[in-house]
Amino acid sequence: MYDDSSLPPADEVQTRFGIDRRDFLTFCAGIAATLGLPRAAEAQIASAIVSKERPSVIWLHHQECTGCTESLLRSEHPTLDKLILDIISLDYHETLFAAAGHQVEAARLAAMEKNKGKYLLVVEGAIPTKDGGIYCKIAGQTSLDLTRECAANAAAVLAIGSCASWGGMPSTPPNPTGSTGVGEALGRSDVVSIPGCPPNPYNFLATVVHFLTFGKLPDLDAKNRPLFAYGRLIHENCERRAHFDAGRFALEFGDEGHRKGYCLYKLGCKGPETHANCPIVLFGDVGMQSWPVGTGHPCIGCTEQGIGFAKPIYALADLKNQRPPVTYARAVEEQGGGATAASAGLVGALVGAAVGAGAMLTKKIRHDEDGQE
Amino acid sequence: MTIDRRNFLRAGLAGTAAAAACATLGAPPAEARENKTVPEQAVGLLYDSTLCIGCKACQSACKTANNLPLEDNIGGGLWDTPLDLSGKSYTVIKLYADGKMEHKDQVKDGFAFIKRQCLHCADPSCVSACPVQAMRKDPKLGIVTYNADACIGCRYCVAACPYGVPQFQYDTPTPRIAKCQLCHHLLAKGGIPACAGHCPTGATLFGTYEQLSAEIERRKAMTPGEINQFPRRTVDAGDPQERPAGQYTEQVYGAKELGGTQVRYLAGVPFDKFGLPTGLPERSYASRSETLQHSLYGHLAAPAVVLAGLVTAAWNGSKSHAGDEHDEDQHDGGRHD
Repeated sequence: MYDDSSLPPADEVQTRFGIDRRDFLTFCAGIAATLGLPRAAEAQIASAIVSKERPSVIWLHHQECTGCTESLLRSEHPTLDKLILDIISLDYHETLFAAAGHQVEAARLAAMEKNKGKYLLVVEGAIPTKDGGIYCKIAGQTSLDLTRECAANAAAVLAIGSCASWGGMPSTPPNPTGSTGVGEALGRSDVVSIPGCPPNPYNFLATVVHFLTFGKLPDLDAKNRPLFAYGRLIHENCERRAHFDAGRFALEFGDEGHRKGYCLYKLGCKGPETHANCPIVLFGDVGMQSWPVGTGHPCIGCTEQGIGFAKPIYALADLKNQRPPVTYARAVEEQGGGATAASAGLVGALVGAAVGAGAMLTKKIRHDEDGQE
Repeated sequence: MTIDRRNFLRAGLAGTAAAAACATLGAPPAEARENKTVPEQAVGLLYDSTLCIGCKACQSACKTANNLPLEDNIGGGLWDTPLDLSGKSYTVIKLYADGKMEHKDQVKDGFAFIKRQCLHCADPSCVSACPVQAMRKDPKLGIVTYNADACIGCRYCVAACPYGVPQFQYDTPTPRIAKCQLCHHLLAKGGIPACAGHCPTGATLFGTYEQLSAEIERRKAMTPGEINQFPRRTVDAGDPQERPAGQYTEQVYGAKELGGTQVRYLAGVPFDKFGLPTGLPERSYASRSETLQHSLYGHLAAPAVVLAGLVTAAWNGSKSHAGDEHDEDQHDGGRHD
């Protein structure tokens, strides 16, 4: 076991988080596993959560359905709802705030002033840019202005959901409001995006906890998605992958193959071209198969720009990174080539050396025999 | 009867010349046979390598539809992994691979798939070679079928097929010839071949020969990279997928090879890369061999000519030796003394 002497006593954890120590450590281990961190990281995470100052979080909503927030609230991991409110200091969130109106805006400005350069800005929803951004306003301010104001002194900007990541649903053609993702609207390339519709709450939570524990954001891919969550294709970890490899496909909804749980590729599954950890982390904490493909519907590619909300849901996916396995039957079997000049030379040199050595040896033996006689 | 060497050769030559004359002058069956053509209502498949993702759904569906056993070549007994057509596999998807295998349908550092199966020739060599009509070409749909009850197990079809399709089941005491019969048992019930029915991308497409010819024309006319509709299952099933058109090679495999086949291939890499025989003549082997054989045996002319030649030789021989007979007798008599 790891050294947990640095952790506060059990009763303190219990008082602050409202859960017992065992559940708390289980949660920390879960977060470490989601992040793909080694075992010792649990202790580090547990220590960071209880001892470090809770980071202030400003959470903005723009063109969205609040699905990302709802998804986060419905995480039924032991007492996650309490932890999310206790790990971070949520200083501004339209859905969760008890207060309203000027009071809320004042709280936001106060938090920003107090935690200048230290708070996290989380953006949910796309930002309209057409016609000066008038299509979404909060407290008389356009989304664009509000986001710029909040992002200026933020330690990091996180885009949660596909809308905030690249525009998502509101940006589908003809895109009348000119909506776009946070990074593009701000002209920044360092906005961490956690796409998904909704994104998996644990991916968001793990990113925040990583920031809290190590003081920096996790490694990102080319589209600024955390690699621990979006490093692999859904197809690579899909529970139905064996059916794909064996050539067993559901051909129609409700047919025999569909009822038997065969691969959904023909029904339009975007797993082969979508990066996300859905098959591993699952949704809603209700156990196995609790993710779209597990329930029998093809993946729509909601975490992948250009796939989700762009490609028709039942259109076939393009296979990415799918090189045929080595066991695949070859049309023409490979055969060894002839001897190269170098290998022939090497063998020649060895033969020459052996012959020379043999000759010398014979000579020596003969010389010895002569000497004896 | 004795005959000297000169006369024997002369008679033989005369006989051969007569036989050749008979062959050329002979009745209709002795004329050079043309390639047979596909029947009017012929059906077939179009396999488009650029659409194939190598998922092997066709292989799996074929095994189920034809009640074929698993063929495990990698061990473990879990996966059906035929390396080639065999007594247990009527169709197999094979891979062309080069170097890093980075791009599909590319010759260098690329890969591409090919579906091996019976091509259902317009003029099949196996049907021509079969001595007992166990291999037959369906006169209506043009499917090359196999009748196990008629088969004598001579394996002439295995040797005759230029594409190496019919396979003999060596590992059973009651062997049969294994080959694709275009799921004619499903067609009889109004279905389509299992491989085309299960292909998720439409790479294997079922249709009449005419429909598929039109489809091939349509695909060859597409601009590579342009979004087009590609039918799935059958040409007119109304279940197309949309995707960018591939870059096709000039050759349509099976369009002209040995008189054409009812299963045709489109691909993005040259067909010799797939280990398929290329440079095949347009005249079928069956028509060539049957022309030769039917010329020799037309109207039983050849045996008659040979007999005539022998009679002539015998006649000539007896004439030239007529005067010697007495001397020989005397000579023999002398020996007895």
